[in-house]
Amino acid sequence: MTKHKMVVVGAGPAGLAAALEASKNGIDDIIILERDKYLGGILPQCIHNGFGLEYFGEELTGPEYADRFMRDIDQAGIEVLTETMVLNINQDKLITALNKTKGVLKIKAETIILAMGCRERTRENIQIPGDRPAGILSAGTAQRYTNIEGFIPGKEVMILGSGDIGLIMARRMKLEGADVKAVLEIMPFSSGLVRNKVQCLDDFDIPLKLQHTITRIEGKKRLKRVEISKVDKDFNPIKGTQKWINCDTLLLSVGLIPENELSKAMNLKLHPATGGVYVNENRETELKGVYACGNVLHVHDLVDWVSEEAEIAGRSAAEYLNKNQEKRDLPIKITPNKNLTYTVPQKIEYKFKDKKFIKIYLRVEKPMENVKIVFSHNEKSMLSYDKKIVMPGEMVTVNLPVALIKKNMEEIKLSIVEKVGEKNGRT
Amino acid sequence: MMRIIIIGAGVIGTAIARELSRYEIDIVLLEKTADVANGTSKANSGIIHAGYNADFDTLKGKLNVKSNPVFDKLCADLKVPFKRIGSYVVGFNEQDLKELKKKKENGEKNGLDDLEIIGQKQLISQEPNINKKAKYALYAPGAAIISPYELTIAYANNAVINGVQLLLNTEVNDLISDDGQIKGVKTNQGEIKGDFVINAAGLYSDKIARMAEDNFKIKPRKGEYHLFDKEYGDLVNHILFPMPTKKSKGILVLPTVHGNILIGPNANTIDDKDDLSTTSKGLNKVLNGAKRLIPEIPEKGVITSFSGLRAALSSEDFHIDFSENLVGLINIIGIQSPGLSSAPAISDMVVEMFKNYSLRENYELQLKKDFKEKNSKLPHYYEYEDKGKLDDWQKIVEKHEDYGEIICRCEHVSRGEIIDAINAPVPAQTIDAIKRRTRASSGRCQAGFCGPRILQILADQLNIDPLEVSKKGSGSQILRARSKQLILEKIKEDKRAGDQ
Repeated sequence: MTKHKMVVVGAGPAGLAAALEASKNGIDDIIILERDKYLGGILPQCIHNGFGLEYFGEELTGPEYADRFMRDIDQAGIEVLTETMVLNINQDKLITALNKTKGVLKIKAETIILAMGCRERTRENIQIPGDRPAGILSAGTAQRYTNIEGFIPGKEVMILGSGDIGLIMARRMKLEGADVKAVLEIMPFSSGLVRNKVQCLDDFDIPLKLQHTITRIEGKKRLKRVEISKVDKDFNPIKGTQKWINCDTLLLSVGLIPENELSKAMNLKLHPATGGVYVNENRETELKGVYACGNVLHVHDLVDWVSEEAEIAGRSAAEYLNKNQEKRDLPIKITPNKNLTYTVPQKIEYKFKDKKFIKIYLRVEKPMENVKIVFSHNEKSMLSYDKKIVMPGEMVTVNLPVALIKKNMEEIKLSIVEKVGEKNGRT
Repeated sequence: MMRIIIIGAGVIGTAIARELSRYEIDIVLLEKTADVANGTSKANSGIIHAGYNADFDTLKGKLNVKSNPVFDKLCADLKVPFKRIGSYVVGFNEQDLKELKKKKENGEKNGLDDLEIIGQKQLISQEPNINKKAKYALYAPGAAIISPYELTIAYANNAVINGVQLLLNTEVNDLISDDGQIKGVKTNQGEIKGDFVINAAGLYSDKIARMAEDNFKIKPRKGEYHLFDKEYGDLVNHILFPMPTKKSKGILVLPTVHGNILIGPNANTIDDKDDLSTTSKGLNKVLNGAKRLIPEIPEKGVITSFSGLRAALSSEDFHIDFSENLVGLINIIGIQSPGLSSAPAISDMVVEMFKNYSLRENYELQLKKDFKEKNSKLPHYYEYEDKGKLDDWQKIVEKHEDYGEIICRCEHVSRGEIIDAINAPVPAQTIDAIKRRTRASSGRCQAGFCGPRILQILADQLNIDPLEVSKKGSGSQILRARSKQLILEKIKEDKRAGDQ
């Protein structure tokens, strides 16, 4: 058994940023465990641009974005074990992993950063009936085949789900010469970033069919055709709207699930809306000294926010190791109220020291225009931010100034309300 | 030497091949698909029934009861996961209780002496998640769970080790006979001469029989299933049956040998023997049926849904007999449930029939001196993990580093295990074949992560182009082109059109 001050599980954008930040804060005994051959997680296969606008202030491709962190990791001399799969973690922070050269590794950690990322939902998760032929794969797997392995999974492509990977892959397949027939979305709005809808579909004349889904799959060996149907407001297929579309490939972009098998092994509870563990403002989980950040905590739409969140985790883990933290007398619950599906963090537990703001990440239930994001305590508004447009596909971040947080507070509620009254000039 | 041709490498064909390979005879096992266990044997409930269900005067009743006790040794020899966990038939009212008593009597007539009817309290203590309205249950301790495709693969591996020649992708198109005596088969790969033919073609056994003008009609009965994430593996502890109907044992809930939960099947008679599609109606029926036993079925925990076909005859019994028209042909038809449970007894019966036949032909059967009763045990990481024997796995990795690289993250399958499957006596040559042998890609992400990696390992090991790697044989290739290939073709095409 070996011992380390910090073990980071996963070398995607979250793991790399967390490790770097901990290193910058004086932690010299960090090891990153990564199951793939290379660092960067999903970024190396994201060869499109649009990364880094928030974090670096310039537009990068996925591999470029990852490269910046990889260089810094290298320079900081942080130890990395690739092709190393973490198989179990227990509540005493004892990690079991496996790799080719060392076999079974047992590592005792003082702090752990959980940065395992997420996986794609499958056909089975959404239960499309029909045959089970070749040619049905998740958009991310298709992206790996296309951009890393150098193969095209199909020639006539249908895409189910307008998540960002689905939109990106619609364009990618089109650029490769495939016939991309349509992107279907069961919701009445696209679930991806607006810019991706414009740049990947509109610019390439790929139709987006809202309130549509696939109701049957046909093809004994290879996919032959899919039946699409319009859905009503409860997402039930409307009879009589079925249409068969010939295709040899169906890409699924129907959502991402934080990959929390290891968190569950540690008996950490999962939040029903985020699919990740519960964390405080330091991204510390219910187990002291164990942190979570990035898509394993909640699914982000921009990698820039992943890096930012991972730095919070890395910095906090360093403070924990340096014994430079003090708890508040009372933790404060952060509760999502009207029109919100979740907030991260779910509570505030530590004293602020030199912090000016607590950044709250949140997601809305439905698209809304001209809204106010309101922080309230005991039904009284503390602060509000105006937003022109909010939508479920785009995470919202708001700052909570620590100056507003009083000693005896136990719960702060967040809600989104339409500024109807103001529009009518009645306030 | 006499040559036997067995048509069909499902559990029946492979079991017979294995049992016949004890003798000094030349055996050829033909399978039309890319793998063994590719029909009914791969998609069923995976139960070894106790034997109280079928009447003793039916062939299936006799063979089921005879087979059940054999499985412990058989599975130990062949290294097949098998657990004797027992079953409950669950009743809700006094009418059901009457039926349960009848079942118990029938079972006792069949020779079972350990059946027991229990009350609500005991049932709930054994199955805490059961519908609280359940009042009675017939308990059969002898019922067991097994992986049906792993049993078939193990039979096939053992047969091949013992000299059976397995020909995959070989479809029988006709029988060859001379003066009423079988002489061989015509296949898509050419003619194969033989002195004796065993028709174990499952769903298509009627088609083969008709080639000898033996008239049978299989009516495929489709059953749909849901498989749940291992996370819910402790939902039930035994095989739970509802009250059966004439045609079906109903929609059951049971754990699998690998720790998942399986629910199903419904029962629909269909025409198309290749129709393995699932339907939303059928899958809903399965879900609702299972809820009657376990109301808290975690709908979101489904990791895969599939369907299987039972090869039913209208008699609803097995037919195992010599052909009425050709000498040297045995037809095995109508092997639906409890076909898997009866496989050892069916193979024994067929071996006896063949022995009698060869006696009549003055052919003396010799036992092989070097018959290998046991399969070697291939290492699986998940087994070491479950037993907490990671130090032993360390030794395996030290012998070969491939066992230290996990390829399937959900089921924890290493590269070494996948390579073993590809190089086994019955080689795994498709993505699905790898799944059935190693569990790689059978977990919650359904190949999202390991798909591309398994594809590359298959291409490397079989020394084929990645474009040729398929999900389940020819025509089901995963990839369509190299990158830039489509766009270059398009440019060429446009240019040609421009030139004209």
